[in-house]
Amino acid sequence: MNRLKHPIVLGGTLAVVAVTAAFAAGPDLGAVKQSATNWPAIGMFAFFVLFTLGITYKAAKGTKSAADFYAAGGGISAGTNSLAIAGDYMSAASFLGISGLVYTSGFDGLIYSTGFLVGWPIVLFLIAERLRNLGKFTFADVASFRLDQTSIRIISATGTLVVVAFYLIAQMVGAGKLIQLLFGLPYLYAVIIVGVLMIVYVAFGGMKATTWVQVIKACLLLGGATFMAGAVLYKYGFNPETLFAAAVATHPKGDAIMAPGGLVSNPIEAISLGVGLMFGTAGLPHILMRFFTVSDAQAARKSVFYATGLIGYFYILTFIIGFGGISLLMSDPAYFTLDAAGAFDKLKGMIGGTNMVAVNLANAVGGPYFLGFISAVAFATILAVVAGLTLAGASAVSHDLYAQVIARGRVNEGAEVRLSKIAAVVIGIVAIYLGYVFENQNVAFMVGLAFSVAASCNFPVLTMSILWRGTTTWGALIGGLVGLIAAVGMVVLSKAVWVTTFGNPVAIFPYDNPALFSMPLAFLTIFVVSKLDNTRRAQRERALFDAQFVRSETGIGADGAHAH
Amino acid sequence: MSDIETARVAQNPNFKALVHERTRFGWTLTILMLLIYFGFIGLIAFDKALLAVKIGGGTASLGLFLGVAVIVFAFILTGIYVQRANGRFDDLTAALKRDVGR
Repeated sequence: MNRLKHPIVLGGTLAVVAVTAAFAAGPDLGAVKQSATNWPAIGMFAFFVLFTLGITYKAAKGTKSAADFYAAGGGISAGTNSLAIAGDYMSAASFLGISGLVYTSGFDGLIYSTGFLVGWPIVLFLIAERLRNLGKFTFADVASFRLDQTSIRIISATGTLVVVAFYLIAQMVGAGKLIQLLFGLPYLYAVIIVGVLMIVYVAFGGMKATTWVQVIKACLLLGGATFMAGAVLYKYGFNPETLFAAAVATHPKGDAIMAPGGLVSNPIEAISLGVGLMFGTAGLPHILMRFFTVSDAQAARKSVFYATGLIGYFYILTFIIGFGGISLLMSDPAYFTLDAAGAFDKLKGMIGGTNMVAVNLANAVGGPYFLGFISAVAFATILAVVAGLTLAGASAVSHDLYAQVIARGRVNEGAEVRLSKIAAVVIGIVAIYLGYVFENQNVAFMVGLAFSVAASCNFPVLTMSILWRGTTTWGALIGGLVGLIAAVGMVVLSKAVWVTTFGNPVAIFPYDNPALFSMPLAFLTIFVVSKLDNTRRAQRERALFDAQFVRSETGIGADGAHAH
Repeated sequence: MSDIETARVAQNPNFKALVHERTRFGWTLTILMLLIYFGFIGLIAFDKALLAVKIGGGTASLGLFLGVAVIVFAFILTGIYVQRANGRFDDLTAALKRDVGR
């Protein structure tokens, strides 16, 4: 592939970028120079788009009621739903970021993989079935089951929209940069293509189209990654030990790549990162929505089981791909920017940056057409993830804010769905605009922030309202607000924003990840405020817990009953 | 559902067994998962040298095996829960629904 021989100049320190991007789940590629146009990749992507638009057209014909739009009519099977959940997780940065992280730091990549995965069992053991038994379309349905509709919908929708906004900005900027590199298209084109396609998928096809786009992409990505990892192992006689030995012999850090390095040097930081990853998963609105697309609680729990297996398998593949990158790419000058003497930096000198390890490895093991395939899949990945986010945001606006808060439940289904479609269009346009504005900003912290907000606002409000009788509206409202403000505030005062973006000399909050502090603070606030709340409404809400409890444990009353 | 119906379900012995068993089982597995994961993170934070120990005289380190083990454990734990839920818990729920005529 000729394209690879042209040096692409990158700004910023790439090792740092790879680390933050892995957490960010939205690759921050630094300043990127556009590459030559990559026609095979564009062709394959165009095919993906045509195919998914066909599905959207079909889905649009079958999407009439609100249940169709928000929850695909409850007709998604456990297997399909697990692929969609896994797809929401296998973002471009899980794939490119973590394989790049393994390439530079070896073992440290596993810290992120495990953190992203272990949230799932918790979701299954404590939340999934109860969520399914109590709710209808959004997690706010569940949180507001016996609490005041207006207050709880407002705090839940705010939490949802904040998470969606930060996640979307990171994905849009990541998409733009990635497409410059992979396809050789200008930044703004990429942002507009992503924005317009996600509007079309969501506004016309609702949850059905959004799910199927995610499922197709998940299959393509799992297939591609399996092929790559298989090809790497094939070269080492299917013996991982030989692969590791070759990697250690090639890597400048040598044997250090097999042990924890300096990535998580501070214990508090490591634990706070773990808390954010683990509980953030349990509070991501676009993922929680997926539990309403299956027919019953049994299907909900099966989908978590399969999804955990798929995601775990995917992370093990990513790890092999990272090590394959070390052993197969690191000694080949064709993949690096060379200096005058023909020497190159093995860690930072890769053409296109360290996030391109998986892409370059595709070329090494499968040739230019496989490279095109992986590039197209990477773009499809971003597209599928932003579509899910847009749907979650649009549902919060129409189902929570409009139908319950503004119209006080007096709204017909048609109007609500129409508003949801309008909201999807508006969110899409805002996302294109923000993607354009943030082109040259450091956005790597934003997905980390989204996870922290999900762990500190959505997750506490949801679990406390389901699991603790004593929770009252005031407790949930103030606790959720405190968690939200604490998470955002601590990130703003941390190094990523306070020093890097605002240019202050020292960070006021010493850690990059706030969840260890902001999440317990939210739980504590909900507890204390609820305890102090002895209004008549609070007493009624506690009394209503029994009915909620019976339904959350058994699903009795869930069919035919109104969800709120 | 009316208050009388709620009370009727809540008093049912199958309901009590279901809630008791599932709550205990769910929290036990949750605590197990938390211990495994934060044990792993704790080792990374406080005992890096232990994780660097080689296994079987080869290149692969203990940390690598533990990291993969955390992933596999997460999968196995969800499997154990789903098996118990699809068997015992669903049976109890079905029996309960028969009892209360839903």
